[in-house]
Amino acid sequence: MSEPLRPPPRKDPQAPTRPPQLPPQERSRAALGLVGAAARGVFALQRCGNCGTVAYPPRDACAACLSVDLAVEPVPDAGEAIAETTIRTTTDLYFRERAPWRVGLVRLDCGPSVVTHLHRDVAVPGRVRMVLKLDRSGNAVMMALPTTWSAPMADDPELRELTASPKFRRVLVTDARTPTGQAVVEALVKAEASLVFAGIAEPFKPFAGREKLEATERVQIVPLDLTDTSSVESLAGEIGGKTDIIVNTADHVRPGGLIDGPGVATARVSFELNVFGLQRLASSFGPAMRGRGADGTNSAAAFVDVLPVHALANWPGFGVHSATAAARLSMLQCLRAELRPGGVRVLSVFTGPVEDDWRQSVPPPKVAPRQIASAVVRALQEGIEESFVGDVAADVAARFAEDAKTLERELGS
Amino acid sequence: MPQIRHKPRRGYEDVAVCVPVTIPYERYATKTAHWWIARALSELAGRAGISHRDFDGLSVSSFSLAPDSAVGLTQHLGLSPRWLDAVPMGGASAVVALRRAARAVEAGDASIVACVAGDANEVDSFRKLLSSFSRFAQDASYPYGYGGPNGSFALLTDHYMRSYGATREDFGKLCVAQRDNALTNPHAIMKKPLTLDAYLEARPIADPIHLFDCVMPCAGAEAFLVTTVDIARDLGLAFARPLATIERHNPFPDDPVQFRGGWAMDIDELYAVAGVAPDAIDLVETYDDYPVIVMMQFEDLGFCRKGEGPDFVRSHSFTNDGSFPHNTCGGQLSAGQAGAAGGYLGLVEALRQVTGQSLSQPVPDAKRALVSGFGMINYDRGLCSGAVILEGDAP
Repeated sequence: MSEPLRPPPRKDPQAPTRPPQLPPQERSRAALGLVGAAARGVFALQRCGNCGTVAYPPRDACAACLSVDLAVEPVPDAGEAIAETTIRTTTDLYFRERAPWRVGLVRLDCGPSVVTHLHRDVAVPGRVRMVLKLDRSGNAVMMALPTTWSAPMADDPELRELTASPKFRRVLVTDARTPTGQAVVEALVKAEASLVFAGIAEPFKPFAGREKLEATERVQIVPLDLTDTSSVESLAGEIGGKTDIIVNTADHVRPGGLIDGPGVATARVSFELNVFGLQRLASSFGPAMRGRGADGTNSAAAFVDVLPVHALANWPGFGVHSATAAARLSMLQCLRAELRPGGVRVLSVFTGPVEDDWRQSVPPPKVAPRQIASAVVRALQEGIEESFVGDVAADVAARFAEDAKTLERELGS
Repeated sequence: MPQIRHKPRRGYEDVAVCVPVTIPYERYATKTAHWWIARALSELAGRAGISHRDFDGLSVSSFSLAPDSAVGLTQHLGLSPRWLDAVPMGGASAVVALRRAARAVEAGDASIVACVAGDANEVDSFRKLLSSFSRFAQDASYPYGYGGPNGSFALLTDHYMRSYGATREDFGKLCVAQRDNALTNPHAIMKKPLTLDAYLEARPIADPIHLFDCVMPCAGAEAFLVTTVDIARDLGLAFARPLATIERHNPFPDDPVQFRGGWAMDIDELYAVAGVAPDAIDLVETYDDYPVIVMMQFEDLGFCRKGEGPDFVRSHSFTNDGSFPHNTCGGQLSAGQAGAAGGYLGLVEALRQVTGQSLSQPVPDAKRALVSGFGMINYDRGLCSGAVILEGDAP
């Protein structure tokens, strides 16, 4: 049974920080085809469109019938672990730093045998549930988990490498003035974050929920105005070296498009917070996080952005807001590549319209703050790179995956 | 679909295998594969009493020739062969090279084929070789702990031990016997005796594989000649005849884990074509990159049934004077693994034993040897296998 994870000791300021290394990065293009499913937490492999054989390792033609019609699709995740090893010696620097490393051979019920990361609580031989996750180099890898789950199992060191669990980590929530921000703070405390910095712009202005925030253990209110470069830099100077996770909950939202909208001045305010605010966060906190990606139990782990799903396709009723979201999405893609050398993940949490004062005219279903909060925690705990909160976000994502142009036309009617 | 009637295998007429050459191994060396192969070809020519330009066929196996191939080697080393082959099959290279060369000689496409394998081993060579080994390994095995061959064979060993009750003592017995044999071989890279206790107490590498289950990567070369019986006699060379050979790739793809190799598909034909039974074999050279594969070969080569490997090991002794002389120069486990030359080691040693040229302790009355090759962990299992029965030509 699992040893529970212990809180990390206070860092010795004289000890060198373990430099981040990445697991092997090279992949064939077919193997990269599994990244999308892994990013969304779906267990999917190639399946032959001609004969139905599940193909693994990823390949360019079906070994059963030589068809080249191989598409990645969800497959049953059950299997039998038939062999195991614990690797203690390797020439790879990433695994060398993390040895011993348990590896198994699993015969999937859907066909292939797979070499896989093996959870320490899996008995061999024995049944397993497989998951597909992104490793720190951003590639899809498999892990075999026990078929029954208990909370301490999340502490498995290999699983922690494939996720960004908030447990024992220090998290900055960038805007805790809103109900969404406060729900995220609360959920992170519940998920055993060791400290949550709750960012508040212009702290002298009163806001609802302040007392509760101040009364919560392991929460510390910090001044943070994402529209002000010196505010962001000053906070980074103070807590940047011990910020393991950032959850950006800031979002400036106003209805309207380009012709029927509030004009450039308001659009500028939206971009200032939603887009340049993200950039300020990234440039001020990013370097330290990237350097601390392998810094023990409370290493830097993830940058989470909560953004509108209309980043994927413009919703003209909130056209300018959608445009800021699109810019934000593009910046996240850039940041993901920039943080990868440190093994720090960038997780996008796409939401449908949130239940708030600016969206009173939007018909339901709308997203409640606690839904967003639990999606953020789940994304961290399971290492999900793209999650979609609420029915609208899931619907938009499905339509986007089908055909972006059709989606644009649908949203424009 | 129509039923295909496979052409029956047939044996070899008038083929001689001769001049076993080993260029003594070094753990690390700054020399290139070209250097090692040149040394081996020079030794082949010198011992045959001819010029290297007389080789009209050349078969090359090497992992470290890049950016050159066998073609570049002809110009580099001044050969003008009319038959050229490259056999990139790791541990199965020698058997496959011999098969092809023998048919070339029979058909008249070549008359003297130099078969050579050699590899460099600079500091860090092994790590670089691993990182570019195969696409499936890159995509689907190295990202999981990066154990390289140790990790892959650890899984096979674990499964074999669970299924058939093999113990570490059984594997240890094989390793200790090979070390005993190696101590009689002046070229072996391992010079110290190995006890079963030392084997059992060695540090774990990838459970259940421990230090003495692993070969030592090194630099070196191995070579032999394939020619006609007449030419061998004219040159006054002791030779052996290949009685039969087999070769198989990607056998049993639906086995969930490898517990048998390609030999299991073809072994009956090997003995049928050779016209001998397993008990007529005087010594056996298996591919021993991990002792579990040795045990699998005992089963798949017909010396015992599947699952009886552990009992077979317990009831025999494996030194050169034992009841089942095996890996008589120490095998790769004790003589070293010089890259692709590791695939040649057993064949070259067997050729020495059956032609009375042994460097290690001679096996008494050694006339027939079975040599088996195994190679290329492309993903989760070894894909290439082959075997040959060699019979020394009585002078």
